[in-house]
Formats: sequence, structure tokens, C-alpha cells
Amino acid sequence: MSGLRAWLEAPVPASRAHARAQAWWLAWCAFRANPIAMVGLGLVLLLLVTALFAPWLAGRSPIEQDLANRLAPPSAVHWLGTDELGRDIWARIVWGSRITLAIVGIVVVIVGPLGLLVGTVAGYLGGWVDTVLMRLTDVFLAFPRLILALALAAALGPGIENAILAIAVTAWPPYARLARAETLTIRNSDFIAAAIVQGASTPRILLGHVVPLCLSSVIVRLTLDMAGIILTAAGLGFLGLGAQPPAPEWGAMIASGRQYVLDQWWVAAMPGAAIFLVSLGFNLLGDGLRDVLDPKGGRG
Amino acid sequence: MRVTLLVFRTLGTLALTFFGLLAVTFVIGRVVPIDPVLKIVGDRALPEVYERVRQELGLHLPIWQQFLLYLQKVLSGDFGRSALTGQPVLADIARFFPATVELATAATLLGVLLGVPAGVVAAVHRDRWPDHLVRVFGLVGYSVPVFWLGLMGLVLFYAKLGWVEGPGRLGVAFEDLLEPTTGLLLLDAALSGEWEIFANALGHLILPASVLGYFSLAYISRMTRSFMLAELRQEYVTTARVKGLPEWRVVWRHAFGNCMVPLVTVVALSYGSLLEGAVLTETVFAWPGLGRYITDSLFNADMNAVLGGTIVVGCVFIGLNLFSDLLYRLLDPRART
Amino acid sequence: MAEPSARARTELSRLTGAALHPLVEVADLRVRFPTHRGPIEAVRGVSFTMGAERLGIVGESGSGKSTVGRALLGLVPPPGEVTAERLVVDGIDVPRAGPRTLRELRGGRASMVLQDPKFSLNPVMRVGVQIVEAVRRHRRIGRREARERAMAMLEAVRIREPARVFRAFPHELSGGMGQRVMIAMMLVAEPRLLIADEPTSALDVTVQMQVLAILDDLVAARGMGLVFISHDLELVASFCDRVLVMYDGRIVETCRARELAAARHPYTRGLLGCLPRLDTPARRLPTLRRDPAWTARR
Repeated sequence: MSGLRAWLEAPVPASRAHARAQAWWLAWCAFRANPIAMVGLGLVLLLLVTALFAPWLAGRSPIEQDLANRLAPPSAVHWLGTDELGRDIWARIVWGSRITLAIVGIVVVIVGPLGLLVGTVAGYLGGWVDTVLMRLTDVFLAFPRLILALALAAALGPGIENAILAIAVTAWPPYARLARAETLTIRNSDFIAAAIVQGASTPRILLGHVVPLCLSSVIVRLTLDMAGIILTAAGLGFLGLGAQPPAPEWGAMIASGRQYVLDQWWVAAMPGAAIFLVSLGFNLLGDGLRDVLDPKGGRG
Repeated sequence: MRVTLLVFRTLGTLALTFFGLLAVTFVIGRVVPIDPVLKIVGDRALPEVYERVRQELGLHLPIWQQFLLYLQKVLSGDFGRSALTGQPVLADIARFFPATVELATAATLLGVLLGVPAGVVAAVHRDRWPDHLVRVFGLVGYSVPVFWLGLMGLVLFYAKLGWVEGPGRLGVAFEDLLEPTTGLLLLDAALSGEWEIFANALGHLILPASVLGYFSLAYISRMTRSFMLAELRQEYVTTARVKGLPEWRVVWRHAFGNCMVPLVTVVALSYGSLLEGAVLTETVFAWPGLGRYITDSLFNADMNAVLGGTIVVGCVFIGLNLFSDLLYRLLDPRART
Repeated sequence: MAEPSARARTELSRLTGAALHPLVEVADLRVRFPTHRGPIEAVRGVSFTMGAERLGIVGESGSGKSTVGRALLGLVPPPGEVTAERLVVDGIDVPRAGPRTLRELRGGRASMVLQDPKFSLNPVMRVGVQIVEAVRRHRRIGRREARERAMAMLEAVRIREPARVFRAFPHELSGGMGQRVMIAMMLVAEPRLLIADEPTSALDVTVQMQVLAILDDLVAARGMGLVFISHDLELVASFCDRVLVMYDGRIVETCRARELAAARHPYTRGLLGCLPRLDTPARRLPTLRRDPAWTARR
């Protein structure tokens, strides 16, 4: 291990790959020094692990009903109690982590590239392309995200795919704006001019030069937004617009637990706590990433 | 001179954005997988009846013409009829909107009164315990689902502790006792001197306003802290200290004085996002506002009402954004030139 | 014996000031900033005294000259740590002074003109208000009198339309005017010491001379002490009575301004040698070669 470490901390990198590896290592060290960010990372990893190993962690099926045992308080058998149909809440939360992860993952995969594409093209090409695209983005940016996602999901009908689509459609504008701002600062740089002079085509410049430089701020923003996406998805689930029963979607679980909340508070409390933890994790992670990747923002 | 130009540009942007909003709601309305004609005539109707209703709804026209019709209707205030109440949607919205305004305003007031000082204190004591406290408090506010917090709040403060009134806006005993002048219960009750009603309404308002206010607080304190940190680094702060001014004056009169204008924008944006948050919170608290109207209509697949509500909230949201932008430019002496 | 004239008295106090009533006494001043990579010493054992005279502190960026200026007013920002055997400004022991005493010192007994009025003036407050604030902090006078004094000060710094400038915002003023406002603001409470931290570095060359002339007049008329911090050796030499040359946190040379050409330290000689001269053109301008020995001393 000391050989690897020495290689990573060598004062002069030997090759481009070496330099890149060193940059990653330095970023990781800076990140690691921030305890709060590490907590965030831990929470996010916890989500990933839970989703991955759900069958083993849950111990039982999330949809198996046990009506004789409904609304049971937390106990040794049912760690978090049972819901109104006697289903084990712990198992439902664990399996529900897959749904949460799926929603966040798919939205990010749609929104990131879309925003990057619109933003970099608008920023690089300028002119009427820029004006049209940015007007479009501005119009979308001015809308209330949750309400629109709600209306769209309502129109499309209940279902997890529709919820994902609705969230994605309302979430992409800030990234286009961000990517465009970054592109504008890079556009007139000498190295871009050099690439143009060497005959690089526009797509190649965009993909090879512009996008990688925009990437870090987009990633930071995405991570911070993931918390918001989770909350929006939970809201949609609460209103019955997300994954349909008997799927253990956390927001829907709160909704169904709502009627019993005054006496059997755990049915609604537990899924909410899960949402909170995951959302908190992404917020902490995003803050930590921003401190590392975007130094002018935070500590001077 | 510049001011009128600025106002015109803002109005122009407003019109454009409003147009965009209507386009989006139009598209959403068309995306509904259920055939609206079938919904009216039923699936056993004769082809002629089907065709007649289809013509009535204008669905035989090309899309752009349908859009123009839609624009016409919306601009004249015709949002269609609610399938649930049978009333015109706009009338329904007018009835429910004041309750949401009352809630959002109370919540924003809480957010500002608590969030701004918290942000300033956090910035002044950066990286020490007041800063950590404010940041953690705010972070929790960012991460918690608002409707869940409301639910838990009800369980704790209403069911278990009995400190506040339960769901709804007013106790059953007091319903319909007050002539609605502004629609804002607290204001109406105070104006007519009905202090019992006032107390009851306040007891009902305080929990939902606090829950929503917590969100406002989280956002406002975070932004205030961020602005203050940037200002405290500036040279003019050193100048103020060189003049021998007491620290409180340096912080509040000089540094904070430079934050006030961007904070106005933040407060306006916060108000807008509270309107959104109200959608979910009102359901939990059975608060008879626009948010609950939208969610109830949602459960009943009443797309007219949902879209009508979306347009209204969207308009207020857009209006707030642009208004705050305008205000920023008017208030900042540097931006005026 | 005839009574010495006022002018003679001023001249006398200027020459002997340093010995009889030192305005500033600094002995072994050290300023340290802890960082991730270990502590950085910005000032390493600086000592000097001055009276009602003009003292120039010259150095390159990072020499610690600005930090010395701030330390005199107790304004080294945290996490900086200031230690000194002796740091007395106008009779006030700065490191041991409480916050109230420090606030008395600042503005009322000693003040500082900063480099760039674009940044050092509060952008959302009118200029007149900022000056009035400075004088009312230190003198118990009413608003009207404070305003009159502020206007008088604006006239003293040769601003032609004091009423208009009084109502103006900083961004409406040119660089030279802004710096004059800054000087007015810092002198209105009549301090005995003025620290000027690169006061003309952000200005055009033509304006520089005007501002310096104003500074010259005011400081002389009031019998004040002036600490002039700059990177411009020639400017400092022409303007000040004595010069301290700083390098890497230490004073490497102290001499009278007019004796600068006879400076002994290789760094000073190097700096002097780099200055291009019209009367002895050289084919190649010499550059400064730094000797690590200059840093390692003490």
C-alpha cells in the first residue's frame, strides 16, 4: 500500500493518467477531511447497500400480509412494527429503498445529460440558438416545480414511470442554465481556439473539451438536487401518484399510515424517517462535494 | 426613464412566461390518456353523439387552433368547470385562495423573523457553535418531507401535548360566524373585534404555519448566512472597523445593509416555494386552501380544477420571481445606473 | 530668547518627535497565521519607532508590510496571532487593549486609508453619511455640526463640489475622488497617526500625484505621523522622511529617505538597481537575484 500512496503523492506526475489519478487522490483527501461530508457519503452508501442487499436485509416479503397482527408496535419480531395490513414495516422500508434509488438514479440520468446538452449547445453556438434555448429554459425555470410535476403526473396517470417522467421534465432547467454559464466562460479560451484551428468539429469540441469542464459543477448541483428529487417523489407518492400499492414506496406508506397516525404513529413515522435520512445524506454529500470541487463558494 | 424601460421589459418577460405556462398546461391537459369525449358520453354512445360532443369540445380542430381557443378561454377567466363541485373552477379558486395566502404569509413572516437573525449570527460566528447549530437546524429543514413533518407535528403538539388546535382552519363551533371581508381569518377577526374567534383561528394556524415556516427559515437562514459571509470579507467592512465603529454597527448597518436587497429576492422566492409546499401541507392539516383544492381534485381526476389551480399558482410564482427581480434592480443603487 | 514660531515648533517636533514622544513603538512584532500546511509567519520580529514624521514601509507582495499596518490598529484578521514585546500606538498598548479602547484608537487617534475606494467604501451608503459616521463616533457633536465638518473635510481634500459628492454613492465617483473621500473620512476625526496602505496603487499616474499632494498638505498642516506602505520604492523615497525596507517578514534596511542611494543591504541595492534610469541607459535591465540568506537571518 505504501508503494501506491507514494506514487499518488509523488511531486511530479509521470504521465497524464498519473496526473489525473493524483488529482482524484487530492480531491479525495480534501473530501475525507470534512467529517460532515463523510457522514453524507456514509448515508448514501447505506442506501446503495440496502437497495442492493434488500432481500437479505429485509428478512421477509414486503407485501406479505398478516391481518391478525396489524398495526403492531415495534418489537423484536417486527423491528419497526406492522402497518394496517399486517405487513412488516422494516421489510417494506428496505425494499422501498430500491424504488427510491431507481427514481433518483433515472431522473439524474435523464436530467444531467439533457441539461448539459442544452446548456453547452446554447452557450457555445450563441446567436439565435442560444436565445431560443435560453428563453425556453427560463420559461421552465420560472414555473413551480412541484405543482407542474404534480399536474403532469396527474395527467399521465398513477405509476412510477409517469412520476419519474414528471419529475425529470421539471428538473432539467437549472442544469441547462448552469452548463451555459460555464460554457460561456470557457468559450473564448485559447485552448478552444487551438482545437478549432486544428480542425476539431463542433460536437468534438463540445464533448471533448466543454462538457468535461462543466461536469464538476453539474455533479455538485445534481447531488444537492437529489435530496429535492427524493422529497418531490415522496410528495407524489403521498398523493398516490407514484409507485402503486402494494409497492412499498415510502411516500405512499406515509399516506396510508396517515389515518392511524394519532395512535399508531410508527406506521407513518418510520418511512418519513427513512426519507429524511436519505435526503439528509445527499444534502451533506452535496455540500461536501461543493466544498471540494468549487472552492470559491465556501471556505476562502 | 430607465425605470419605465425596466418595468416594460419585466412585463414583457411576464407575458412570455405566462404564455409558456399556458402552453405547458395545455400540453399536460392533452396528455391525459383518457379520451375526454368518452368521459362525457360514456362508451356506449352512438357514433353521431360521439362526433357531436367531439366537435363541441373543439377536438376536431388542428392543434394550434385548439391552443388559441384555450388561450382565449383562460384569458377570459374560463378555466372550465370542476367535475367535483360543478362550479366554475375560477370561482372555486377564488374561494380557497385566501386561506393559502394566510398560511403562506404567516409562514414567511416566521421564516424571515427567525431566519434572518439566525443567518447573521451564523455568519458572524462562523465555524463556532452558533454557526453549526443554525446550519444543522437548516439542513434538517432541507431534508425533511414537509407533509411528514406536519403529520408528526400534529401527533406531538396536538394529540399528545394539546398545545395547539387540530386540523382545519377554525373550530366547528365558530364556523360561519364571521363575515369574510378579506378572507384572511386573522385579519377579519381582528377587524371585527371578535377575539375569541381570533384566538381559535390562531390556534389552528400556528402549527401549519410553523411547519411551513421551518422550511422558509431553513432557506432564508442559509441564504442570509451566505450573503453575510461574502459581505464580511469585503474591504468596506475593514474600513468601518478602522473608523472605530462598534461591531454590531459594522455587522448590521454596513454588512447586513448590503445584504438587504438580495434578501428581498430570497424572501420572494421563499414565498413562492411556500405556496408549493402548501399543496402537500394543507392536505395534512385539512386546511381549506388552494393546495387542498388541487389535491382533492387530483384524487377525483378533475383535470380542469388541477390545471386551473396549477395556472393560478404558476402565475403567482412567476409574478413573484419577476417582481423580486424588478425590486432588486430598483433598490440597488449600483444597478440603477 | 525669542518664542519659536509655530512653523519652527512643528519642524522641531518633527525632527525630535521620534526621540521625545514616540507616536508608535514596535519591538519584536510577530504575526502568525495557522494554515493546513503549518503556520505561516507573515511578520518575523519587526521593530521600529516613529514620531510625528513620515515613515515609509516598502516591500514586495508577501513581505508583510500591510500586515504590520494592520497590526498597529489591532486589525489583523483571525486566525492571525499577533505577539510583540512592545506595540504601543499613541500611548495605547494594542495587544493588551480591550475592545473599547481599540475602538477609541481606531479612527480617533489613528486611522488607515485603504487601497481601492471601489471596494473600501460602502457601496449602498452615501459618501457623506459615511464621513459623518466617522466623526460622530469620536466627537460628541450634533448632526448639523458633523455635516459641516464633513463638508469642510471634503473641501480640504480639494473636492470642488462638496455638496454633490456628499450626496453621491461611491460608484458615482472616479477613483481619485473616491480616494480623496477616503482620506477625508479618515482624517475628519482628527487622529494623530495615519496609516496609508498603498493609497495610490489603484489610481492613474496623473491622479496619484494629486492625491499624494493632498495627503502631504494635510499631514504637514496637522502635524500628524504618517506610515506610508507601498511597493514603489521611488515613490516612498520621494515622499517620506525615513524608509523601512521589508523582505519576507523582516526589516532588512532602515535609513533616511535621502540616504537611500547609500543603502547597504543587497536586497535594497538590488531593488534600486532594477529601477530604469533615463540618464544612464543600460542594454539590459538587471533583475533581482534573491539570496536565501536574507530570509534565514535570526
